[in-house]
Amino acid sequence: MGKMIGESIKRVEDHRFITGTGEYTDDIVLPRMTHAYILRSHLAHAKIKSVDTTAAKSADGVVAVFTGEDVAHINGIPTGWQVNFTDGEVMREPKHPLLVKDKALHVGDGVAIVIAESKEQARDAADLIEVDYEELSVVVDASKALEAGAPMVHDELPDNRAFDWQLGDKVAADTGMAKAHHVTKMRIRNQRMIANAIEPRSYIGDYSKARDKYTLYTSSQNPHVIRLLMCAFVLGIPEHKTRVVSKDVGGGFGSKIFHYAEEALVTWASQQIARPVKWTAERSEAFVTDAHGRDHNTIAEMGFDKDGNITALRVHTDANLGAYLSTFAPAIPTYLYGTLLQGQYVTPAIHVTVNGVFTHTTPVDAYRGAGRPEATYLLERLIDTAAAEMGMDPAELRMKNFIPAFDGVEQPGYQTQVALQYDSGDYEATMRKALDVLGYNDLRKEQEEARKQGRYIGIGFSSYIEACGIAPSAVVGSLGARAGLYESANVRVQPTGKVSVHTGSHSHGQGHDTTFAQVAADHLGIALEDIEIIHGDTEQVPFGMGTYGSRSLAVGGSAIVKALDKVKEKGAKVAAHLLEASEQDLEYIDGKWTVKGTDKSIGFGEVALASYVPHNFPEGLEPGIEFNSFYDPANFTYPFGTYIAVVEVDAETGTTEIKRFVAVDDVGNVVNPMIVDGQVHGGLAQGIGQALLEGAVYDESGQLTTGTYLDYAMPRADDLPSFEVDRNVTPCPHNPLGVKGCGEAGAIGSTPAIVNAVVDALRPLGIKDLEMPLTPQKVWAAIHNANA
Amino acid sequence: MKVSMTVNGVAVSHDVEPRTLLVQFLRENLGLTGTHVGCDTSSCGACTLILNGEAVKSCSLLAAQCEGAEVTTIEGLAASDGTLHPIQEGFREKHGLQCGYCTPGMIMSSVQLLQRNPNPSDQEIRHALEGNFCRCTGYDNIVKAVQWAASQS
Repeated sequence: MGKMIGESIKRVEDHRFITGTGEYTDDIVLPRMTHAYILRSHLAHAKIKSVDTTAAKSADGVVAVFTGEDVAHINGIPTGWQVNFTDGEVMREPKHPLLVKDKALHVGDGVAIVIAESKEQARDAADLIEVDYEELSVVVDASKALEAGAPMVHDELPDNRAFDWQLGDKVAADTGMAKAHHVTKMRIRNQRMIANAIEPRSYIGDYSKARDKYTLYTSSQNPHVIRLLMCAFVLGIPEHKTRVVSKDVGGGFGSKIFHYAEEALVTWASQQIARPVKWTAERSEAFVTDAHGRDHNTIAEMGFDKDGNITALRVHTDANLGAYLSTFAPAIPTYLYGTLLQGQYVTPAIHVTVNGVFTHTTPVDAYRGAGRPEATYLLERLIDTAAAEMGMDPAELRMKNFIPAFDGVEQPGYQTQVALQYDSGDYEATMRKALDVLGYNDLRKEQEEARKQGRYIGIGFSSYIEACGIAPSAVVGSLGARAGLYESANVRVQPTGKVSVHTGSHSHGQGHDTTFAQVAADHLGIALEDIEIIHGDTEQVPFGMGTYGSRSLAVGGSAIVKALDKVKEKGAKVAAHLLEASEQDLEYIDGKWTVKGTDKSIGFGEVALASYVPHNFPEGLEPGIEFNSFYDPANFTYPFGTYIAVVEVDAETGTTEIKRFVAVDDVGNVVNPMIVDGQVHGGLAQGIGQALLEGAVYDESGQLTTGTYLDYAMPRADDLPSFEVDRNVTPCPHNPLGVKGCGEAGAIGSTPAIVNAVVDALRPLGIKDLEMPLTPQKVWAAIHNANA
Repeated sequence: MKVSMTVNGVAVSHDVEPRTLLVQFLRENLGLTGTHVGCDTSSCGACTLILNGEAVKSCSLLAAQCEGAEVTTIEGLAASDGTLHPIQEGFREKHGLQCGYCTPGMIMSSVQLLQRNPNPSDQEIRHALEGNFCRCTGYDNIVKAVQWAASQS
């Protein structure tokens, strides 16, 4: 049996996707299924004076119409993380109702659900609903929402804050800043982003009266979590009589982690009408109802001594949370942001303060990277700007401040000033490799030459670190998580020696059917084809915390390894019996137990069969081979890397062309290099999209002016270059696979590299900073103003 | 109203509302769910298929406009014995897909590209596929998938 781990095995799941036979939620048709359409507020803040559904209820094909009044008795959508105020006041959690009754708090807030025989009939009937709104004043910006006299989002919360938060040592940071020889201070806006998975969210609620049982089909990244939240916190229905199924899911990027009102609505409504209810978002609806990401207003300053060593970092952020607290929302601008402000640098003192702020906008939650891109962006903009201000090379300034290499085994993990302990890292090595791949010195010369010809070439760096493999339950519990973040696995050996691996991780593009099978094949020494990976169904998989935070392989994969170890242990007992040997005398190699020093052996398949046909098993040896495991990680994992972008800005048009993009990552051990490269590519594209193109924009009245693909500019094929990706390997010391995770790296590291490159290109014109996205119009205006 | 056309070589006929889109006709009336819907502004290309030899976005045509037409969807691209089209192979060989949602549309657009330009450059592929969004791959491996398919003929 060949070794599988480390090989670029072609994906086993691809066949169904390339032949059009994937099974996404909207593809599912159930007998007697109805279709739902949700009438939404077109106003960002409005009192609902009346809702008249009379005409809608009698329209063609309509089965039922429910309003906020009808669901007012149902609990709201819960939040999974509690971040209290620094003075001890408990986090403010206003109710997030399934449909609003008295007030709409953002464009897209649900007002009524119409259920009909067809989607068209439901939509037509929704047009007949008369809602009498009284328009109220609106605030969309987090910092403005904190000003005295700002419109209030929730009547009971006069300052619009959900919490405030701090981390680090204020006195030490103030002292470090006071003694700094040079201070770089920047106002940084990390704009609001929309994940825009190409599959719109889709749900089917199916209540069976005969079995008194609920089924929810959902395009979710974590079906078990949805089941728990919906059953226990929203609908109050029995968890053991509720099945949640997420088959093929068309991308998530964070936006499909959260429990959404529509999931609970279709489930509840199905019970009300005793028929299945399907709802699928239209894209324009997705734009205003999928949780958004980022949206930070930050002031940050970094101090340096006269040699360029960092002395301190101070950060204050107003984080926009939108109108309600989404599932992970409080954790994103706090524990996934403030804790990453050490970056790769020996920063002796750090202090960060954050306000979590309600506004009349769509709720904000995790989007690929979630907090870590925001931290990385400000650090990497600060250090790049500081290098220019101090007349130093940006690569050298970074290397001067890098934490020295440590493997987490011989050398201990690195304790940061902001709560985390990095597991292992060699930051200079990825930087040096990136410089080599790029040919840095030659490029600087090329840049000089180009400038003489009036061409603006820029080189931008970004050295990122992230915390993923989320997360040790004890740690996150102490930080306010209301859940544990372990993962579970079940390995069922079938009588024929085929193996079913059930995982609580969820694949929505990551390729688990392949990578997890590679892990199992190697551990058992059997063929990849003899392994089936099963996920996405709460009735098949014992439990699961799902996929986000680059946790699948580090946490879910480790759970599988634990279960595989138990399988081998049991297999050895059976093999020992069959071989009439002692377990201690056996070794397991290439799918066979062999009595050491002899040619007596027995294969995995024979042991499997004997386990299910135990005609002569001794007393105490149970039939069957099937094991569960739960794996709770000892620490986060800390992938890192250095990215370098080379751009050329056309000063006539303001257009940025990416000439090269070099990405050197260290994500620990790699199971499937092809898949890891693909994950990095996709992350790079999203991070570059944020730097150059994307951004959700609300006008003063709370209308999302970027609410379609025509207005919200996602990268297309010809907006992006071919990427130069490379890797180093510093294994994770605390999980059995030595893996760190790769899903978010690209999105975290690429954004500042691009912005740094564009600013580097335009520095001769006196341009020191630009606000994302760097659209041609914005860049042209900056060049024009600089020349004026 | 009654609409008849040939889909993947099979004559089909259904009574539909006049406002029924071609993509709805395929997904809802024929149960061919390989053609996906990703937007409501003809921007994403997930619904791309081949209509009378041209790649089109099936969300922007009424089924009624396609009376008598020849339609090929992703389900009809492989040979009847199951042999995959080189573009399908290319997407698998070069990891040109992740979640798979944009993939049918991306493959159908690529089929037309190679019909018109059997040996496209990197830039020509990127330009030809700019009507199709992919949020997962960053497009790099999609370009390689198309090049792989081009190299097979």
